Amino acid sequence: MTTQLQATSVTTGVDVAAPAEHAFRVFTEGIGSWWNPEHHILQAELAEMVFEPRTGGHIIDRGTDGSECRWARVLAYDPPRRVCFSWDINLRWQLETDPAKTSEVEVTFTPDGPARTRVVLTHRHLDRHGDGWEQMRDAVSSGWSLARFAEVAARR
Amino acid sequence: MADHTAVLTALADPTRREIFERLARSPSPVGELARELPVSRPAVSQHLKVLKSAGLVTDHPAGTRRVYSVDPAGIALIRDYFERFWQQSLARFRAAASHQIQEET
Repeated sequence: MTTQLQATSVTTGVDVAAPAEHAFRVFTEGIGSWWNPEHHILQAELAEMVFEPRTGGHIIDRGTDGSECRWARVLAYDPPRRVCFSWDINLRWQLETDPAKTSEVEVTFTPDGPARTRVVLTHRHLDRHGDGWEQMRDAVSSGWSLARFAEVAARR
Repeated sequence: MADHTAVLTALADPTRREIFERLARSPSPVGELARELPVSRPAVSQHLKVLKSAGLVTDHPAGTRRVYSVDPAGIALIRDYFERFWQQSLARFRAAASHQIQEET
């Protein structure tokens, strides 16, 4: 079972030079300060992102034309240690309305001294997106986020 | 890395997709899948064969039965994609969180 879970999830982490409370706040309420503004599925340009700070809330993208996209449901909100939200976007970059076909992101914030926090993100149940692999292949070879990723990686 | 055409062909069939999704939730032997689905046991075996040759599922012996499960390699594309996506996003997050703390002090 453990192997299977690992096979259908990815985990990555960073160390942040800030207390857990701060890191948690920037990740959630401050999502618009770090999220790549090109990563949205609105027709219009992204104007702002709203992370509703409660279990049962949503992460909402708002477009410059007033349109709105609720692309994540906040499944757990436990400041400053843990936040969990759904990934309601399918592999064709459209809103997925069937919860059985959505994956899940969990982020934990573990203090490492008074001014450092280990942030670990796990995106699990990726197999639930199982029927859009053609689009994923195209995204991997030419999609929006990888171009920028390559750019950032090249500068290091 | 699995052959993409084989993967797409394998998942184009709704019954095979159903089998794949069930196996993603929990590994099962052929008999169990046949009991839960409105298809015969030989048909399930045939579907598993297609899924297996596409690199989507794998099997291993458990006593007298063979238990089928999702092949980790078959989902490698999605994992690769999200791994890179989140590494990039968290790098931006770290920069933002550290930047803001510097401004506050």
